[in-house]
Amino acid sequence: MAVLTYREAIRAALSEELTRDENVVLLGEEVANFHGAYKVSEGLLEKFGPKRIVDTPISEAGFIGMGVGASMLGIRPVMELMFWSFYSVAFDQILNNAANVRYMSGGLINCPIVIRGPANGGTNVGATHSHTPENVLANHPGVKVIVPSTAADAKGLLKSAIRDNDPCFFLENTILYGEKGEVSDDPELLIPLGLADVKRQGTDLTIVTYGRSVLHSLAAADILEKEHDVSVEVVDLRTIRPLDFDTVLASVKKTHRVLIVEEQKPFASVGSQLAYMIQREAFDELDGPIHRLATIDAPAIYSPPVETEQLPNPQRVLKAALAAVA
Amino acid sequence: MSKKADSTIDKKDASSASVCGASAQAPINANLSKPEKIELYRKMVRIRRFEERSLRAYQAKKIGGFLHLYIGQEAVAVGCCSLMGKDDHVITAYRDHGHAMAVGMDTKALMAELYGKITGCSKGKGGSMHYFAPSLNYWGGHGIVGGQIPLGTGLAYALKYKGLKGAAMAFMGDGAVNQGAVHEAYNLAALWNLPVIFVVENNGYSMGTSQERSSAGPGLAQRAEAYGMNWATCFGHDLYEVRATMDKFLKLAREESKPAVVEIDTYRYRGHSVADPDKTYRTRDEIEEYRRTKDPIQVFQQKLIDEGVLTDAIIEQIDTEAKAESDLAADFAEASPYPTPDDIQKDVYWEIDNPDQRTSKGRLFFD
Repeated sequence: MAVLTYREAIRAALSEELTRDENVVLLGEEVANFHGAYKVSEGLLEKFGPKRIVDTPISEAGFIGMGVGASMLGIRPVMELMFWSFYSVAFDQILNNAANVRYMSGGLINCPIVIRGPANGGTNVGATHSHTPENVLANHPGVKVIVPSTAADAKGLLKSAIRDNDPCFFLENTILYGEKGEVSDDPELLIPLGLADVKRQGTDLTIVTYGRSVLHSLAAADILEKEHDVSVEVVDLRTIRPLDFDTVLASVKKTHRVLIVEEQKPFASVGSQLAYMIQREAFDELDGPIHRLATIDAPAIYSPPVETEQLPNPQRVLKAALAAVA
Repeated sequence: MSKKADSTIDKKDASSASVCGASAQAPINANLSKPEKIELYRKMVRIRRFEERSLRAYQAKKIGGFLHLYIGQEAVAVGCCSLMGKDDHVITAYRDHGHAMAVGMDTKALMAELYGKITGCSKGKGGSMHYFAPSLNYWGGHGIVGGQIPLGTGLAYALKYKGLKGAAMAFMGDGAVNQGAVHEAYNLAALWNLPVIFVVENNGYSMGTSQERSSAGPGLAQRAEAYGMNWATCFGHDLYEVRATMDKFLKLAREESKPAVVEIDTYRYRGHSVADPDKTYRTRDEIEEYRRTKDPIQVFQQKLIDEGVLTDAIIEQIDTEAKAESDLAADFAEASPYPTPDDIQKDVYWEIDNPDQRTSKGRLFFD
């Protein structure tokens, strides 16, 4: 065990998997010589060389499509998007090719690719750089979508994603890169995809959440406990698709009240799907409607203090939680 | 009427007169045995008859969706695919029946796929645009114009990464060359010296829009110069010339990992797809002119007659067998069952299809 940052944990996962399997290659803009736009891949070029750590031109459709094609012949590319916001530049390659070639070939092909990079707002980078497309990605059968909230989760889940034989999309967070946590150094410790984690036990309210919103929810839960005598259970989904719905249901059956907290614009968000599923399968367990705290429905604003108010934050979670248990 | 037809006839007739004899003498062609030559001819005839039989099936409402016929372009797929070594790979767009048959796919499975039957090569899940045969180094069959070109670059990347002396042939039409993804793929291939040959099957039209009305610049393959890549044009109505041209670039790809763009002049007798009424953008005269003077099957047939390889009897037999084969394929397709609704969610995830090796938990489907 060691205390690592979320960034170092991802780097450790990459390093271990690059060592384990010679077909794993890290490709992306600035991953090699620049040491990574967010320093995630720092040191990997020196350790593994330019054949395994590859700087690409600014050409998302080109290099992601190239990675998909290479994966059909047994390469296992880990492709970095500097921002997941850039997925739309490669949409056809990601969500027509990677997601569909297995199906269209009647199962003759599989694409063991990983696409990873940060997907988040909160850094004042404006409307085109702040996307959180996990809902868009998860809408496509054939893909897997992972959004880790802690260093330990990031490492264990990325290792699973790299070894997975289906296309896996791994959404990180630039603000979480510096967060520290206890991380195992066991190179065979993997966290399975599709397994949620109850980050905090409670009895009065279930907060279903993922990614950085987990941290906001835990902060709010502390205040709710100390100042409002409300006991909150925080369920961290960790993986969006596959989805550990059993853990969500078990929590709902315990608390009977639900607040979904997500850094998502509201229409057709991940939470929209969750709310449908919870009311469909646990209607009689609910003591009130399902509440949701999402990003305020507008493109990401630049102005720094206002952007904080547009996104989930501990104060907004607190207010929403109190409304949910009222 | 497209200007291309006139200039093509003038330019290509002259060049074919001078190249015609030359390409037959190129070692890659001169070294073919008689049975090999007959087999190349037979493959083109089989493709033609299969396409004609699928058209009749489509008109009889046995086939849904799109059907993009390869009639008139046979020499391109047969010529290129006949040069494949064990480490060469092929990917193409949606006019893929010719390539599928050229690499050796079974026509029963191909027709059954058109009919949407579970015995189809993609279990009825792909249809006409999505034929695949990984075991024959054939990677589809793709619907989005140009979308397959980065994939083809990836095949080449994998070959180079693994140290294999193979090449990828990534086919596209004249309409695809303006897609951004194609330019990105050209840049990557040239930048990293990837062994991919980008083959532009130029039949003169993207659906109903001619090359002149689509593409700026002096020529389609010539765009390769912007990326520092080798390029060539080729008279695609002559199987020998296709082989002679492609052989040169395949060798450069396999041995020196050099990419290239080869623009192969060809023509389709039918519309873009069977839904295309084919009345608004070209004349009957233009089509007839090609049929009369440049039909690739006729051109090659005449050469083989002149070489003493083909006789009327053999020609007749090949045609009869080709028709019988495609009728048999249609019978097989007709008699085969459809997939069931239970089949809809198979072949989506490798993990679901390999349950004993699944490591993920949770729900992968949300019905």
